[in-house]
Amino acid sequence: MGFLSYLVSGLSLGSVYAIIALGYTMVYGIAKMLNFAHGDVIMIGAYVAFFALSNFGLPIIPATLLSIVVCTLLGVIIERLAYKPLRDASSLSVLITAIGVSYFLQNGAQIIWSSSTKVFPAIFQSGSVSLGGASISYLTLITIGVCLIVMAALTLFINKTRTGAAMRACSEDKGAAILMGINVNHIISVTFAIGSGLAAIASVLLCAAYPSVYPTLGAMPGIKAFTAAVFGGIGSIPGAFLGGLLLGVIEIFAKAYVSTQLSDAIVFAVLIVVLLIKPTGLLGKKIDEKV
Amino acid sequence: MLEIKDLHVSYGMIEAIKGISFRVDDGEIVTLIGANGAGKTTAMHAISGLIRPDSGQIILNGQDLSKVQPHKILKLGLSQVPEGRRIFAGQTVEENLFLGAYIRNDREKTLNDLDTVFELFPRLKERRSQRAGTLSGGEQQMLAMGRALMSNPSILLLDEPSMGLSPLLVSEIFRIIDEINKKGTTVLLVEQNAKRALQIADRAYVLETGLITLEGTGDELSHDERVKAAYLGG
Ligand SMILES: Nc1ncnc2c1ncn2[C@@H]1O[C@H](COP(=O)(O)OP(=O)(O)O)[C@@H](O)[C@H]1O
Ligand SMILES: [Mg+2]
Repeated sequence: MGFLSYLVSGLSLGSVYAIIALGYTMVYGIAKMLNFAHGDVIMIGAYVAFFALSNFGLPIIPATLLSIVVCTLLGVIIERLAYKPLRDASSLSVLITAIGVSYFLQNGAQIIWSSSTKVFPAIFQSGSVSLGGASISYLTLITIGVCLIVMAALTLFINKTRTGAAMRACSEDKGAAILMGINVNHIISVTFAIGSGLAAIASVLLCAAYPSVYPTLGAMPGIKAFTAAVFGGIGSIPGAFLGGLLLGVIEIFAKAYVSTQLSDAIVFAVLIVVLLIKPTGLLGKKIDEKV
Repeated sequence: MLEIKDLHVSYGMIEAIKGISFRVDDGEIVTLIGANGAGKTTAMHAISGLIRPDSGQIILNGQDLSKVQPHKILKLGLSQVPEGRRIFAGQTVEENLFLGAYIRNDREKTLNDLDTVFELFPRLKERRSQRAGTLSGGEQQMLAMGRALMSNPSILLLDEPSMGLSPLLVSEIFRIIDEINKKGTTVLLVEQNAKRALQIADRAYVLETGLITLEGTGDELSHDERVKAAYLGG
């Protein structure tokens, strides 16, 4: 494989990270919390898609939609039950709760579906196109395409709709948003819904590329995407997109040109260097403390 | 129109408002003056729902606001310009103004009100596509006021609108408050700048460490020896 192939696979992996990172960054931007259970929503999304495809024999699009619906509801329920009661609590309590939710989901999945790995069915045709001498699979193209569509749709939503305007207002100043008559609790719910729906999309793309479904599936992509969100500037939507793509590319290049074992270490080393030079991440603004 | 009855508000163990009562009648400008830390902002926040009072009533046209969800208070016709302006710095002037009209569905009337706001504050019209964070302090105050007017409130609360502004701008802001009132909006004005506030107010209350210690017409308090000594520089 040549440089171009590595670049494209990096962008593809990065696209998945970017879609997950959007969930972290939106929730951080609006609820000012790190939702460490976000990765486990991906896992639930993967199981839902798996059963929809394998057991109910649904085609890929309805299976993905079902997964989106379930994850969206799950995200809203998690927020309502676990985080909303802590709206005025310290950020440490919220963080610990989020970690608790994460374990709850992982262990719940283990009890219900056992810890044995399920094999995700092949959902995309295995063909490929060749581009400048490199052969690029359909899945890679679809993944990058979906990420671009998600990013464009989200940007339009945030910038052009009334709810989007309310979300931007909440992320800047919740008190002032209340004075505008904005129902902040509702906006936080919407944010969790969108982030979790995106997690479902990411889960299908992820399982199409790495077809194993197991209860801790979400942990590693979750932490990588979180890193990507911080890398790009947590709270910033373009930052999550850029951070995700860069992280994917760095990871694949590190694997290809340096060492498979060291690739994660290299990814985190790059993150540390970026944060030393620019503590708010690539596109981040001032980081607000949760008040 | 607005009546506060025996309001108590605290932050944890510290009681910041220790049982105050006052009222604002239809069409009036009423001012609440007091030194820094007296509890003016706390009272404003309790009225607009940003803080829940411990006890007492906040009656707006017969309805107790302390039992209304905070984001629904604006719909009842009470709008607040918060202390420190709290504009949305990352959004444009126009986006800020439309956020002020967030609760409205009457597009045409909203656009009319936007024109009215632009007439009141021509500077905002010039800068309508500019990011609000790039405005000067005076312009930000005007934006905060314009934004609060975009909901077409029947009563407007202003928390220290003159804070940090040059004397010239302060005069301008007070002139505009008077104009807003003359157009039919009732005003509750909180100020440390007691002299200017008393000049435009119909009635006034003096707040000292969480208690109302004096009340009267703007004129009476301007000439009161205690007010002169404490708030008007002797
Ligand atoms: N968020 C807060 N937490 C704790 N104490 C506060 C808070 N805000 C204000 N206070 C206290 O409440 C009192 C009244 O403050 P405030 O209402 O801001 O006064 P003013 O607006 O008249 O300057 C002060 O003693 C202040 O220190
Ligand atoms: Mg104050």
